[in-house]
Formats: sequence, structure tokens, C-alpha cells
Amino acid sequence: MNESIRARGPWRLAFERIRGDRWAIVAATGIVLTILVALFAPWIAAVVEHAPEAQFRETGLSPSGIPVGPNREFLFGTDGLGRDILVRVAYGARVSLLVGVLASGLSVAVGALVGIIAAWFGGIIDTILSRLMDVVLSLPFLVFALALVAVVGPSLTISIVVIAFFSWASVGRVVRAQALSIREHEFVRAARSLGAGSLRIMFVEILPNVAATLIVYATLLIPSSIAFEATMSFLGLGVVPPTPSWGNMLADSIAFYKVAWWFVVFPGAALLATTLAFNILGDSVRDAFDPRHDQTIVLDTETGGKS
Amino acid sequence: MIRFLVRRILWGIVIVWFVATLVFGLFFVAPRDVARLIAGRQASDRTIQLVRQRLGLDQPVPVQYLRFLGRIVRGDLGESFLTSEPVVSVIRRDFPVTASLAFGAATLWLLIGVGTGVIAATRPRSFFDRALTAASLFFYSMPPFLMGELLLLFLFFRLYMAGYTFFPPGAYVPMTESVAQWARHLMLPWLSIALITAATYSRLTRGAMLDVLGEDYIRTARAKGLTERRIIFRHALRSSAAPVITQFGIDLGGLLGGAIVTEVVFGLPGLGREAVLAITTQDLPVIIGITILSSTLVVTASLVVDMCYAFLDPRVRVR
Repeated sequence: MNESIRARGPWRLAFERIRGDRWAIVAATGIVLTILVALFAPWIAAVVEHAPEAQFRETGLSPSGIPVGPNREFLFGTDGLGRDILVRVAYGARVSLLVGVLASGLSVAVGALVGIIAAWFGGIIDTILSRLMDVVLSLPFLVFALALVAVVGPSLTISIVVIAFFSWASVGRVVRAQALSIREHEFVRAARSLGAGSLRIMFVEILPNVAATLIVYATLLIPSSIAFEATMSFLGLGVVPPTPSWGNMLADSIAFYKVAWWFVVFPGAALLATTLAFNILGDSVRDAFDPRHDQTIVLDTETGGKS
Repeated sequence: MIRFLVRRILWGIVIVWFVATLVFGLFFVAPRDVARLIAGRQASDRTIQLVRQRLGLDQPVPVQYLRFLGRIVRGDLGESFLTSEPVVSVIRRDFPVTASLAFGAATLWLLIGVGTGVIAATRPRSFFDRALTAASLFFYSMPPFLMGELLLLFLFFRLYMAGYTFFPPGAYVPMTESVAQWARHLMLPWLSIALITAATYSRLTRGAMLDVLGEDYIRTARAKGLTERRIIFRHALRSSAAPVITQFGIDLGGLLGGAIVTEVVFGLPGLGREAVLAITTQDLPVIIGITILSSTLVVTASLVVDMCYAFLDPRVRVR
């Protein structure tokens, strides 16, 4: 009898809403596909018998040294050095996903930590941390990221750290605001009167209550981190060649866009499809947790990177 | 009001100082010998010593730092390590390009973004609204450099091959020479920034308009028999402008400091491309100069936004 009216928790509700969203399902499928491509990149390379860094000067370049278009041997054509674009796009997915997920995870972790600490302790600690977030948010971050990378030298790890460094503050701000209101609730006072310490209250009482926000931000920060990484690689300060990444492939392609459209279009499509899929999913996740919220895509980390 | 202004300006100065110090620190923590880099690979130790002396790099770091701050306060950003050109004149040369790019793009994205946002808000759930949502997400997900490359490929090269050259890329023509040529050469860069940025504005405007259109005073205006056009443009748009203005301030401020990616893709000689060049050649004074300028612009923009807020919405109490 009581099967007809079973209480559904907010998580379950959110999950059901996402499952009912057609576009979210399409996006999620696309993401799973990208992950599979990234995982099986070596296998793809083995099947077509083209290593990602191998240069096929005989078959992959025309006699005058121009990349060859999509054909039976090179499904996506070749690049300026006669390398297989299909294989390189597949390997590029690894870099993008790795950076996207790790940088977004790191930003959310740091943002949550700082936000909760600022809200719980208040006073001078709050003032310092809030000012710090203000400063980070008003840095001209692309110039700054480039300067930083130019000094320490580009690498995958550096890319991740730099992206996280410029993204955590927006998470921190939102978490702080939420935590400020949560800490005034009775259950927090109750926990305190039961003798819970600061650590326990911050991580056992407050953290679960901002978890929904964290998940939304984590999803929406993935595409912006992927785009950020691609931009740095495009400017020559991300992943170091010859390791393929979508950004450095697109940087190379700019010299060839007049003779080899496939060189621009395939890596570009892969990059765009991935960021688009994550944005669609992120939108859906946010709507699922907060159905009243009707404003798509407004993240304040986005500003500088868009130039 | 005055107290608020003074406090905001002081805070802005602190941020700029912080940024300058950070960039300065970055380059001295780094285990790189700038003098050796400039003198060239084959330079003798003596030459390197001379270069170091001329650039003031032989002084202890704290002395260099104080001198550096002193110069900035006097408005002197130093000289380029490479060309000995004063950084101020580098900026003066590049800024018109970046400003042309930023203001043109801003005009376009405001027209496109706010326009489509208003239309979507007046017809929620219509086909246009749905199509716009999809288009916004599409452009929002587009990294700017990819947008630039695609525009080059399709709007320049394909048209060029077909015998039409509407928008020649590259080559900046100053407005003072020919307004038409200036606009033609900047059209693709403008579009590539504007299409992406307009996506955010469209969503922002739509959301804010929908909120406002549901309010009582709009119903009152309708009941009074005002035309729909008047209601939307005089009543609703005005009160939904706040989030758009905030975003606009941030975006324009950020863009004026150098639209790095767009300038690089289209080969425009603006501040952003200059910054990238300076970074690859470790030209510290130029990097610091541009970074200070762009953070000053960002800070100023957010100050101006707050002032506008107070004017637009009397409910905002300025403390």
C-alpha cells in the first residue's frame, strides 16, 4: 500500500529529472563515447596501424608536401607533418578529459574548503579569504596564466594547476554565501551543543548541504577547463608537442586552413562537441537540483577566457 | 557615496599593486637569466654583465622592487628589454587596435544578445525561444580561437574562393585612414568575439526580462492600456538591465586589456598579441606594463558598474 506514496529525497528527484531530460541523455551518451575513445585511443591507433606521432611522409603528404584529405587510409586526413588526424584526435581526447576533470575537481575542492572555512570561522579569517577571492577574480587571468606558464615551463600538470588556480574563487564565493546561511540553522547549533568540533561541523554538517552546488559547479567547470586548456595549448603554452592535444592541433592547423579544411574541422568538432555535451549536461544537472532557476550558462569564471 | 567611492578606489589600487607584485615576483623566482637571454647565446660573460647592469638586474631584488614601484607611481612603465622602446609608447601604439576590437565587438554583442533575449522573453517556449536556447549553448561552448578559425575558413576563405572578399582578415587599418576599411578588416574579429559573448547576454536578458514581466507593475501598465512595445522597452527592459550591465562591465574591462586569442588568430597588432610576444621573449617590462593596464581596466570597469547600479536602481544602497 505504501508503495504509492514513497518519499523521494532530493538526490533521487534530481536523478529522475535528469533521466527525463532528452538532451541530457544525448549529452551524457556523447560524453561516455568520448571517454571510450580516450580509453581506447591506443587500440584505434593499432587498428589503423598509425602511431599518434608517426609521420607518413610517403602516403600522408602529397608530392608537394601538402596534407592529404580524408581517404581510406586516413579517415580524417593528415596534418602538416603527414600524421593521422583520426589517431591524434583520439589521443587528444585523453588530454582534454584529464585536464577537464582534474582541474574542475581541484577547483571545486579548494573552493569548497575555502568557502566553508570563511563562512564558519567568520571575522578576520572571512575577511582575508573573501578579499583573496576578490583579488583572484579580478586578475586578468589569461595574461596571467600565460606569464605563469612561460616562467615555469608548460606541462600537463602546470595546465591543471593554473586552470584550478583561476577557477576556485568563483566556487568559493558561492559556497561561502550558502554556508553562511546554513551555519545559522538549528541543526548546526544542535551539533555544536552536542560537543561537535569545528572540523566535524564543517565537513559533516555543512559540506553535505552544499554538495548539490558543488556537483553543479563541477559539471559546468569541466567544459570551461577543457576550453581553457585548449586555448593555452593553442597559444603554445599547454601540452608540449608532439603529444597531441586538440588545442595544439588547431594551432598547427591555422597555417593550413586554406589547403586542408579537415585539419581544422575534425579537431575543432571534437573540441566543440565535448564542451557542448558537458554544458548541456551541466545545465540539466543544475535545473534538476534547482528547477526554479531559469538562467542558463552564467558562470563568473567565464569572463576573461572568452576574449 | 563619497566614502564608498574612496574605499572602492583604494581597494582597486591594492588589487593593481598586488597584481604588479605577483608578476614581478613570478619572474624573479624563476630560475632564468633574463640578461643571458637578451645578450644571446654566444655572448661573453662580460657582455652579459653589461646587459645586467644596464637593465638594473645587478641590484638586489628588494632594491629592484622598490625602484619598480617608484617608477610605476610616476607613470613610467620602463622600457622594453628587447627594443628599448618605452612601454608606455608600446601601449599607446597597440591600444587603439584593441579598443577598436573591443568596442566594435561590444556593440555587436549587445545588439545581438539583448535583442534576441528580449524577443525570446516575449515568446517563452516558442520555437524561436527553443532555437535560441540551443544556439546560445552552441556558441557559449565554442572556444574563441576555434570560432576565429572557423570564421576564417568559412566567411573569408570559402567566400574568397567563390570570388567574394567581403572580409579580408589581418592587416589593421586605422579608423582615421578609412572608416570603411577599418570596419571591413575588423568584421571577422568582431563577429568571433560577439557571437560567443552574445550567447551569455541573450540568456541573461531573457531570464531577467521573464522575471520582470511577471511583476505587478507590468500588469498595471498593461491594464492602463500601454502598447506592448512601450511596456517592453520603457518598463521591463530598464529594470532588467542590472545583470546585463554587470556582465558588460566585466567583459568590456577584460577585453580592453587585450583580446589575446582573437588578436593572435587574426594577426591584429593589439595589446593581447603584444603580451603573448612579450611572454615568449621574457620581455618583463612589457608583460608587467600590459598586466598592470589590464588589471586597472578590470578594476575600473567594476567600479563604473557599481556606480551605474546605484543610478539605475535606487533600491541599491551604496554604503
